[in-house]
Amino acid sequence: MTLYADKRRALEEAFAERDAEMPRGKPRSVTRDALRRLKANKAAMTALVVFALIVLAAIVGPYLIPYDYETPDWNAFTAPPSLETGHYFGTDQNGRDLLARVLYGTRVSLLVAVIATTVSVVVGVLYGAVSGFVGGRVDSAMMRFVDVMYALPYILFVILLMVMFGRNVFLLFAAIGLLEWLTMARIVRGQTLSLKEKEFVEAARAAGVATFPIILRHIVPNLLGPVVIYASLTVPEIVITESFLSYLGFGVQEPLTSLGTLISEGTDALGAADWLLLFPGGVLVTMLLALAFIGDGLRDAFDPKDR
Amino acid sequence: MLSFVLKRLASTIPVILIAITACFFVLRLAPGGPFDQERALPPEVMANLRAYYHLDDPLIVQYLRYLGRLAQLDLGPSFVTKDFTVARQIGIGLPYTLILGGSAFLLAIVGGVIAGIYGALYHNRSGDWAIAAIAMTGLVVPNFLVAPILQLVFGVRLGWLPVGGWGDGSLRFLLLPVIVLALPHIARISRLMRGSLIETMNSNFIKTATAKGIGRRRVVLKHALRPALTPVVSYLGPAAGYLLTGSIVVEQIFGIPGIGRYFVNAALNRDYGMVLGTVIFYMALIVLLNLLVDLAYAWLDPKVRQR
Repeated sequence: MTLYADKRRALEEAFAERDAEMPRGKPRSVTRDALRRLKANKAAMTALVVFALIVLAAIVGPYLIPYDYETPDWNAFTAPPSLETGHYFGTDQNGRDLLARVLYGTRVSLLVAVIATTVSVVVGVLYGAVSGFVGGRVDSAMMRFVDVMYALPYILFVILLMVMFGRNVFLLFAAIGLLEWLTMARIVRGQTLSLKEKEFVEAARAAGVATFPIILRHIVPNLLGPVVIYASLTVPEIVITESFLSYLGFGVQEPLTSLGTLISEGTDALGAADWLLLFPGGVLVTMLLALAFIGDGLRDAFDPKDR
Repeated sequence: MLSFVLKRLASTIPVILIAITACFFVLRLAPGGPFDQERALPPEVMANLRAYYHLDDPLIVQYLRYLGRLAQLDLGPSFVTKDFTVARQIGIGLPYTLILGGSAFLLAIVGGVIAGIYGALYHNRSGDWAIAAIAMTGLVVPNFLVAPILQLVFGVRLGWLPVGGWGDGSLRFLLLPVIVLALPHIARISRLMRGSLIETMNSNFIKTATAKGIGRRRVVLKHALRPALTPVVSYLGPAAGYLLTGSIVVEQIFGIPGIGRYFVNAALNRDYGMVLGTVIFYMALIVLLNLLVDLAYAWLDPKVRQR
């Protein structure tokens, strides 16, 4: 035992020294630090406000205006925007109020993005965490599968799924979410690899916690930062994919509408009724720009060394 | 070098095989078929049609037969446009897609590199900011929105360029589609180029070259450019894939009769043979382009060659 006595004493001294150096008082969490940095970022905060306004408008807007998105106004076909008639965004060829349609379309686009992002986050986090935590042969098999999926042209697959799911939009976008989780899985796996060597995981293991509860209770909550960043980058991607598919005529179908469908209709009316393209297009661009700034802001806030 | 090429080719074969398998089964399991019409065909006729195309065999037999034909580079018949085989339709569309995609690829490289060099040499000045703003817009605004806006401005309002179509294939007709297709990639390449050139210009060998009294132009073009190009070149592989899939939408908007239009129509009509054929063809093309890019990368970066 004497063999280890001086070693142990040295260790104890080192720990005592470290404890003395530790600042007293409430420890600051990583998340709180990140939020503080995010609040200081003016561009990101402005973008956040703009995006919140768009979301709010999409949710409550349709109840505040006197027109609904599918009833024609028999007095106004293809009417340009005007303050007097109350069609602030004008009407389309069928006399439907464009403002109502844009609000409704934004709502559908956002809903689809939320569904698909949720699916991709859940699948990506679980897949990455299991792969990283279990390790070994399971890990390399799981990651090889991700590599293979990466090599496939994504949009072609989406169109194939489209052929399969046909008109059921929400099922379709759950399916898009199922294709979008690859990057998330890679990021999460990398994080898990370093997390699983930490003492608290070892402590949990020593206490006899099974593998899956460790992943859910101890690994996943510590992944918050990268998951939030990447999810915020997934949302605009899915908004674009949805619009793209709807534009080609694969996505959301009449009488439902989405920003992509509206842009597609607007393109057909080009030169005759430009507002049909400009308003939904403007909303889409504003939303995408806001999301891009929010994503950048979050990345800077959670990952300061990357700046 | 040859073994490098062979190794790269061998590693892509399982990927392509998995992709073919997945596409095949997804398409066959989907409800509905290529012979569904508004008025249902008499069951005997349907049975005959299915027998003619061997659609009544067990799936696994169909699958193996398809693979066997594919090994002989036969993509099989198209189920909807019955007078043309899949290969023939792809042959008709290919020149258009290649001219469009190739021009966009060149424009993206040349435009992106020049903008990137400018941004790096004058960084944090007004020109750099202007380029960054344009690049941000190019990255965020999707092509199906940029296209109609350019059509509106240059085609309808100013009347300088045709709104769509291929015409005689002259520059006038190509200009808008090529710009739309290249824009996001010009943006991304310019950002990559800018970042890496700024870093290279700060490295020691550039300081040495400058200290020797070599002119600035020569330092940039002869010394800094080649090492700074590596991130750009590694982006070109994915970019080639994005350009091919991006051209699906651009062909649709501008009414260009390339492969993308055949693909979309085939997907809408459930033309199994055609959809599968186009997806396989796209993937083979992407793999080939990636291989070329890897070779270029090896030429540019001696470290990769030695490995």
